[in-house]
Amino acid sequence: MSDKQVISFELNGECVEFLCEPRQTLLEVLRDTLHLTGSKEGCSNGNCGACTVLLDGRPVVSCLVLAVECEDARVRTIESVACDGALDEVQSAFLEGAALQCGICTPGFIVQAEALLDANPNPSEDDIRFYLAGNLCRCTGYDKIVRAVQSAAEKRREATAAG
Amino acid sequence: MATADKPKYNVIGTRPIRHDGVDKVTGRAMYGADLRLTGMLHAAMVRSPHAHARIKNIDTSKAAALPGVRAVVAAADMPQQGDRHVELGEGAVNMRHLAANVLAQDKVLYRGHPVAAVAADNIHIAEEAARLIEVEYEVLPPVLDVRAAMQADAPILNDDVRTVAAGAPESDQDKPSNIAKHILFEKGSLDEGFAAADVVIEREFDTTMVHQGYIEPHNATVLWNADGKVTVWMSTQGSFTARQQTAELLRLPVSSVKVVPMEIGGGFGGKISVYLPPVAAVLSRKTGRPVKLLMSRTDVFEATGPTPGSHIRLKLGVTKDGKITAADAWVAFEAGAYPGSPVGMACMCVFACYDIPHARVEGFDVCVNKPRTNAYRAPGSTQVAFAIETVIDEACEQLKLDPAEFRLQNASKEGTQRVDGPNFGRIGMVETVEAIKASDHYQSPLPQPSSPEHKTGRGMASGFWFNVGLKSSVTATVNGDGTVSLVEGSTDIGGTRTSIAMQLAETLGIAAEDVHPTVADTEGIGYTDVTGGSRVTFSTGIAAVRAAEELRNKLAARAAALWDVPDDQTKYEDGGVTGPDGKRIAFKELAEKLHMVGGPVIGNGTSGDQTQGGAFGTHCVDVEVDTETGKVQILRYTIAQDAGTAIHPSYVEGQMQGGVVQGIGWALNEEYFYDGEGAMRNATFLDYRMPTCYDVPMIETIIVEVPDPNHPYGVRGVGEVPICPPPAAIANAIHQAVGVRMRHLPMSPPRLLAKMVKA
Repeated sequence: MSDKQVISFELNGECVEFLCEPRQTLLEVLRDTLHLTGSKEGCSNGNCGACTVLLDGRPVVSCLVLAVECEDARVRTIESVACDGALDEVQSAFLEGAALQCGICTPGFIVQAEALLDANPNPSEDDIRFYLAGNLCRCTGYDKIVRAVQSAAEKRREATAAG
Repeated sequence: MATADKPKYNVIGTRPIRHDGVDKVTGRAMYGADLRLTGMLHAAMVRSPHAHARIKNIDTSKAAALPGVRAVVAAADMPQQGDRHVELGEGAVNMRHLAANVLAQDKVLYRGHPVAAVAADNIHIAEEAARLIEVEYEVLPPVLDVRAAMQADAPILNDDVRTVAAGAPESDQDKPSNIAKHILFEKGSLDEGFAAADVVIEREFDTTMVHQGYIEPHNATVLWNADGKVTVWMSTQGSFTARQQTAELLRLPVSSVKVVPMEIGGGFGGKISVYLPPVAAVLSRKTGRPVKLLMSRTDVFEATGPTPGSHIRLKLGVTKDGKITAADAWVAFEAGAYPGSPVGMACMCVFACYDIPHARVEGFDVCVNKPRTNAYRAPGSTQVAFAIETVIDEACEQLKLDPAEFRLQNASKEGTQRVDGPNFGRIGMVETVEAIKASDHYQSPLPQPSSPEHKTGRGMASGFWFNVGLKSSVTATVNGDGTVSLVEGSTDIGGTRTSIAMQLAETLGIAAEDVHPTVADTEGIGYTDVTGGSRVTFSTGIAAVRAAEELRNKLAARAAALWDVPDDQTKYEDGGVTGPDGKRIAFKELAEKLHMVGGPVIGNGTSGDQTQGGAFGTHCVDVEVDTETGKVQILRYTIAQDAGTAIHPSYVEGQMQGGVVQGIGWALNEEYFYDGEGAMRNATFLDYRMPTCYDVPMIETIIVEVPDPNHPYGVRGVGEVPICPPPAAIANAIHQAVGVRMRHLPMSPPRLLAKMVKA
């Protein structure tokens, strides 16, 4: 295809280069070109949050970002949350707190929660609910998700305090 | 909270981490859309822009000529079904209707109805090609309202539908009708019952079509191989029913189709019917390549199986000391394009919470130009719970009776006969009301309003769902390292791999972590019915317990061989085998030695002979109404539900909380908005407003445990009944707050504001 462009960006800490059409979203490229299927497609118009990734540290719905816009950006996806094969506090809290049922929204919630805890290490319940309101979950009723984020925040604060 | 003497279990009642958890928090879990096969093509569908039209012509020539297009299909490419009904696990299905729903034949019956499909090298080419397919329609007048569709002069959707009478008088069989079924249940004498009442209340209710709202759209990838074998990778609640539907629609033997269930991103009843696989299969046959077909969110709203809107009339007779003497209900459900709404179940549920001596229920299954409806969590029960539970609240208000006491006085108990005939076994309706009465929430004062423009109120309501048994298979293999591999056919939507593994672990006396559950495809395990009807932890659980029992017997025999003693002198108990002279070998140790005494040990279990005893829940809610906007905020919510025995309490609570929040969405915001032409005007998650976490509080749960005698550990299914009470409980709370009775769902701000202004 003649209208494909070469794009490169930093993906989960490594530089990647790929060809894409201008109409392709970041989500499509992540899933279909770069084979990172952890970011999920629930609505393709930015309403459900299942495709949330961090773009230069900011949470975005990757279905509303064109891949060509990401030249030279830093992109972090759910695949990079666990470090060296070890789950991080948010992932562990989701497991221990049974904060997922079907699991399709879980990657988006975890990435969004990472962004929250980066910005606010000590969020109130209201802060958490406000910050996660762009992510839809249809299974859990949110109770255990909010508690998991509270628990992860506490664990991370303890770890930080312990140095 | 335990309401019965509870045996001590080692595994049951604990909260192990789910076996599939790590994959799901790291993004590794493979859902249907994540699948990628060599040579895979991508398909797109052409869908009807009209709610009701005759297809005059389909011209695919321009699409077929587009570079990158590999195949095009329309109904003419699909096998003809003729007039046949096939048993598909949950009742007989008219194959002509099922086939026409998958790909429209001569008529389209709702907007979004699939008409044709294209497979191409990538999705963008497929979508471009779909736009090039020219369909000529003769537009017909749509009928969108259930009562309008019942009129004699209404536009008829299906020429082959006649009214089937179930308990009701036979109707004219010469004329096609939109009324596909007319149901009548009667118990006692209504005249006598209403004559004995001091207060008789009769009200009418409307509910709007709502969607299950699972976050993962439907998907299917199909390979029709050169040997004639069709493999389907898909998101489904039931791989075996998906296999059978696909095979019947393609007119193949079931053994020619293999369904591989991928991880499933929610279903709630909406992922049982097959939409995509037969179409992808024919595209694959034409191209010799695997074909992936995904729905968009708009497709999911417009063209899958939401739950019916309804019109309900309900009349209740009560004595002044609070005894229900008679009840009468008239229930009409939108079936959507083809017959098959859950109105029959609604008729059985409407009065099920109460012991009513004289009752009558009439139900109608009515075709309208909307998508063919499907199951949604306790299908049919929520609509009728809204009616009965708010009329009860009104009766209590008129008679100045306490709603909790009223429910206790009239509650169904063991032996109570439902209006449709059956008598209840041991059930926990009374216990759920008592649990709410004793709760911190119920005992606490109503919160003060946050401003003079706000009013607060409290409401309660109960609900019933049958819960089903149906068939399951489990295979368990002992590994040499002292663990067990468990293979099951139930797709895992909410943590059932773990609830099944825990029952096997309990029976064997080993740890839940030492059981490794896998959901197999349709060739890896025996027949298993759908993940639905709140049945998996109950029925697949029974199969797992039976597989474990077979392992126990075989392991006891192997220990006998090891010790060289007769079989009848060894016994499996407490996680190991004991024998004569104080001999004892633990499960792990024996597992290591199996290769020396006979080799592999495999236990099989099946179920299908047990039905469940029924599930009840009672809810209490505090709301705050903004009298200037009509917006309702949920301040506090408590649910008490009989779970029989909670295997994994966290996932029991999760089902309760998730069901409640779906019920809150149904109560306050969710609805299909149709324009006069039958176009859904809010087919996105932005406009179809499901609750976010900012809309709801924590959901307090009280697990009541009245063990179901039909299950070895007393399990009752928990998935469905929590959605039934919320709309009624919230309506009752709104009434207490602002004094108006809401009888139309959802109770959205404009609807509530209009009602308050009128009052």
